[in-house]
Amino acid sequence: MNTPLRKVGVAMLVMVTLLLVNATYIQVVKADDYRTDGRNSRVLLDEYSRERGKIVAEEAGQVLAGVEPTDDRLQYQRTYSNGPMYAPVTGYYSVRYGADGLEGNMDEFLNGSDPRLFVRRLSDMITGRDPRGGNVRLTVRPSVQEAAYRAMTDRGYTGSVVALDPKTGDILAMVSTPSYDPNRLASHSSEEQQAAWEQYTENEANPMLNRAIRETYPPGSTFKIVTTAAALENGATPDTKVTSAANVTLPGTSTTLENFGGQTCPGSTLKDALAYSCNTAYAELAGNLGAEKLRETAADFGIGMSDLEIPMSVVPSSLGDLESEAALYQSGIGQRDVRLTPMQDALLSATVANGGVAMKPQLVRALLAPDLSTIEEFAPEELTGEAAMSAANAEALKDMMIASEENTSGGGKDPSLNIASKTGTAEHGSDPKATPPHAWYTAFAPHDDPRIAVAVIVQSGGDRGLAATGGSVAAEIGRTTIAAALGGG
Amino acid sequence: MSQPGAGSRAAQYATNPPREMPKRSGTELALLAFAAFIVTSAFVLVQANQEQELSWDVVWYGLAYLAIFAVAHLAVRRWAPYADPLILPCVALLNGIGLVMIYRIDMAQAERAISLSQEVTENAPRQVLFTVLALALFLAVLIVVPDHRTLTRYAYTFGLVGIVALALPALLPSSLSEVNGAKVWLKLPGFSIQPGEFAKILLMIFFASFLVAKRDLFMAAGKRVLGVELPRARDLGPILIAAVACLGILVFEKDLGTALLFFGIVLVMLYVATERIIWVVVGLGLFLGGALIAYQLFTHVQQRVANWIDPLATYDDPGGGYQIAQGLFGLGTGGVFGTGLGAGRPETVPEANTDFITAALGEELGFVGLAALLMIYLLLAMRGMRGALAVRDTFGKLLGGGLSFTIIMQVFVIVGGVTKLIPMTGITTPFLSYGGSSLLANYILVALLLRISDAARRPQPAAKPRPQAQAPLAEAHTVMVQRPQPAEGGRTE
Repeated sequence: MNTPLRKVGVAMLVMVTLLLVNATYIQVVKADDYRTDGRNSRVLLDEYSRERGKIVAEEAGQVLAGVEPTDDRLQYQRTYSNGPMYAPVTGYYSVRYGADGLEGNMDEFLNGSDPRLFVRRLSDMITGRDPRGGNVRLTVRPSVQEAAYRAMTDRGYTGSVVALDPKTGDILAMVSTPSYDPNRLASHSSEEQQAAWEQYTENEANPMLNRAIRETYPPGSTFKIVTTAAALENGATPDTKVTSAANVTLPGTSTTLENFGGQTCPGSTLKDALAYSCNTAYAELAGNLGAEKLRETAADFGIGMSDLEIPMSVVPSSLGDLESEAALYQSGIGQRDVRLTPMQDALLSATVANGGVAMKPQLVRALLAPDLSTIEEFAPEELTGEAAMSAANAEALKDMMIASEENTSGGGKDPSLNIASKTGTAEHGSDPKATPPHAWYTAFAPHDDPRIAVAVIVQSGGDRGLAATGGSVAAEIGRTTIAAALGGG
Repeated sequence: MSQPGAGSRAAQYATNPPREMPKRSGTELALLAFAAFIVTSAFVLVQANQEQELSWDVVWYGLAYLAIFAVAHLAVRRWAPYADPLILPCVALLNGIGLVMIYRIDMAQAERAISLSQEVTENAPRQVLFTVLALALFLAVLIVVPDHRTLTRYAYTFGLVGIVALALPALLPSSLSEVNGAKVWLKLPGFSIQPGEFAKILLMIFFASFLVAKRDLFMAAGKRVLGVELPRARDLGPILIAAVACLGILVFEKDLGTALLFFGIVLVMLYVATERIIWVVVGLGLFLGGALIAYQLFTHVQQRVANWIDPLATYDDPGGGYQIAQGLFGLGTGGVFGTGLGAGRPETVPEANTDFITAALGEELGFVGLAALLMIYLLLAMRGMRGALAVRDTFGKLLGGGLSFTIIMQVFVIVGGVTKLIPMTGITTPFLSYGGSSLLANYILVALLLRISDAARRPQPAAKPRPQAQAPLAEAHTVMVQRPQPAEGGRTE
């Protein structure tokens, strides 16, 4: 009877071997498929229940996004201090709707799965602590962000403010209004998440749009900085004579292009043209330069760049097709198909302020380990590697912008700030004359040692309607922002 | 098969010299201590990962575990001193790991229950209680059955009780026997039992005894067709009865797993008793036929097969592959090394502490841990088989072989089901999964294995030296020598 018993023994061996082979297939070969299946809630729950890293501001390490322990299944609740104010910076982190903004871009680092954190996680495992996410330190300065956000929301404006350090590209403030509260999207109650999501996405004001980097607008006269730079680079000087006519006819058409208010320009030099924002002069200037030269200079400012990430991706700004001379005329004053993000508009001033070299905007100053030791620090980089203009021309353009600031009305003027600026009043819509224009203001200060460059856009005239101009609506917000930045430092 | 006869021949085992077999109970104690160390470490890990602190529970569970197996060890020393020293430590380790995992799933479910403000049910303390009861039964079997051969005297009684126990849930109204669609329970006030778990062992004793007694009948040759000796039609009786009984279980109790298990055991015992592979062929043929018929007739069988072929496709269907898919997700997430005890989410899988406990263990201990567990089962069954090979009586061989095979068959059916090797049929995982009946029955099984192994290794009373009248070779068959061929004279009487 031992022979069959032995054979049964062999059969048992075969059965266990089959199980082992099959287990190998399931747990080794197919493991990744099963682990990453959308219906496998384990990985997701793990990620959500890990102590997510903080997002802290540059100044005094103020915590913009943190966690609080909870007693529910997810263990940690994401919290945002001043949620709506910083929403364009932090983004949101929702169990149901995923992560967006910085929360999405830095997700691997914040949730602790980034390889740069691995050594630390291993030590966490040995010491028996739960793995934690890394922290992200931003370049944002809360005083500047708050001043800009308050200035916009106090007046009920829809629009955006971007403030940069012109020498480093550090983003000091990034405001988009109206905003939303990421706290509601991070709620552990899925009903609350859903209610908030529906409320925000169905709102016509589109509060979840980050206007600073995800939307482009016609820049209006702020674009004259680019046209001027192109002219200076191609032989013009501030004293070059330009037309002061009240209107010009667009080449090849019977349409006329007028100065603001239909007036003749008070001066006939390039410097006067910028100071008084003479449309006719800039239209002709652009026409004389030609599409290629204008485009080249614009590219050096970063316009047309499609892969800019701060680390959130910035939608490309563009000049449009410049298909005809008429188009060129209109583009020279920032109309027609020219579209800039507020971020790009801030880069115009920043580039002039930095001697003609655009610095790459960045939002993240450093990556910190859970114990706050620095893992990686970001050094300033040039944006395009090509100067948009020579240092001398930048200096000349700066003087022209100082003159422009002197001619700009609006509130918040303070001579001690030493601002150099350019306003813009951009027509848009299908019936431009009957649609309240976008009010722009782009500036840097102090002009002898620039520490901040800003761009402000107030969509559709703010509270002034058709009468709105860059100076009357946007300038005050820009100056308030600059004052907050310089006052503090 | 009487005792004097068996004893008198003992001295003739030339290949198995009648030397004193070492008792090796020291080995058993050391291995038990090792198992206790592993289980306690696992317990500490679970607590550390789940609570981030250690509570007095560790001490209480650890001491309970130690006490239980210290008593078991002493009992084995006293009542089965020559028993294989590896069997009890294997059982202790499996039982301990099972307890740890049940405790771990308790914690996860308590957390969920608290957040839903439901009542918390703790299974681990009950499983400890079941372990104590199982141990008492284990001791009782060792004491009451000093020699496994005495069981043959009650073979028909066991057979009758077994059949009744097996059939009882099917005959009782559903209110007294049905839990979660499976009509395999006997609901008594205060507790429920699965009589089928016990019936399994009772019927095996009966079957082993029956086959040994009627062995000649099955060995008789029938017609030869194409060089294969077919059994006579009337000899097909037992296997047909077994097949019908299994089909009955399938139909009336909706218990695929038990049906499969029974059929496999009957086949193997028949094969071992007759040494004729034709029984296996006939049996497998019957099984395939039955399976095809069952597939045609029963929607729940069709559903199981669909879930097996692609659990992800039937994920959302009612009664679909959700559970298997979740089990696979758990196994996949665990990967090679697992998430670590207490650090995974095995409670995501329904029935994680019973049918799917191997998925839970595979998730937290990884492939490595799952493979280790399978190897422990193999070791356990192989040591049982060794006892069966070495024991001197045919009943012991047949029963020992059947019991050993039962362990692996159960593991194959349930682990194969969980890991999508075969269609899922819910049966318990021996020693690991939560449930009193299964634990009690499997401890009885182990007690019998120990008893057989003890008999196999126990030195025979010194036989009176007398001249050899018979040819030694004819008698040397039951030991480690390979017979040239199954000769008529080569079996014990």
